[in-house]
Amino acid sequence: MDFEPSDEPVALKILIAGGFGVGKTTLVGAISEIRPLRTEEVLSDRGIGIDDVEGVEGKTTTTVAMDFGRITIREGLVVYLFGTPGQERFWFMWDELSYGALGAVVLADTRRLTDCFPSIDYFEQRGTPFIVAVNCFDGADRYDTEDVRSALDLDPDVPVLMCDVRRRASAKTVLITLVEHSLKVLTASQSSS
Amino acid sequence: MTRWMDEEAGPVVRPYALIGGRTRSSGDALDLVALVTATGAAPSGGFVPGPEQERILTLVTGATSVADVASELDLPLGVVRVLLGDLQDHGLISIGRASASERILKEVINGLRAL
Repeated sequence: MDFEPSDEPVALKILIAGGFGVGKTTLVGAISEIRPLRTEEVLSDRGIGIDDVEGVEGKTTTTVAMDFGRITIREGLVVYLFGTPGQERFWFMWDELSYGALGAVVLADTRRLTDCFPSIDYFEQRGTPFIVAVNCFDGADRYDTEDVRSALDLDPDVPVLMCDVRRRASAKTVLITLVEHSLKVLTASQSSS
Repeated sequence: MTRWMDEEAGPVVRPYALIGGRTRSSGDALDLVALVTATGAAPSGGFVPGPEQERILTLVTGATSVADVASELDLPLGVVRVLLGDLQDHGLISIGRASASERILKEVINGLRAL
């Protein structure tokens, strides 16, 4: 491996997006070397009026601000995982979060597949490389990745995979799939320019 | 609930007192993963770093991301950006933002596999 000691430190940013209650914070927590730094509030009665929790019973808190984890690849090379706010009233944070991002993982829940449409639209429009990871919840029907692809009307080159965000190995596979995809997109853009 | 009061967290306006009520500075454009490093220069031109800025200077002896600075100081990102902007304006920190090359991405893939 070529290793240049003069390398500038590099910090990369990966976004974890998807609907409310889909497991973004769990995914960050499964792989981060630090406890995810988060701002979460327990849903109050007032909050329940705002956040539609139908179909996501068991979720008692929601991420309302920045939420991130960290993976040190080596000294001077760190990957940050940022969970995007899952509620529409926090959309204003997305532009800032996605600026310069390496790519995004869109987490999907087959029980509420439409919840990830806004994330997909957003990354498609911005040209941010993304993959779709279907979190296999207990009690949710299992679908084929191709069913999900056609339901979401994804481009054929967008990777789709099944995952269990509670498992570290699964979270790892999700991230590797994303970075491989980002690398492919980067290489393609370099050879075409 | 007023705009400036959060029942759980208490008054949200207070941290902004640290930065003289400002909400904007040259630090505005700082990316969350921009890396901050103390230059080691002595404050000059009458600029005296505040206690939070002193904490930042101690924290960033090695390259540290803006997000890590904010979480370490336990202050809102907007406040941290202003504090960092001031430090940058006075030459006490440098801020870098290296982009990902093909080589770096391959290194990340290998690093993730090895986890």
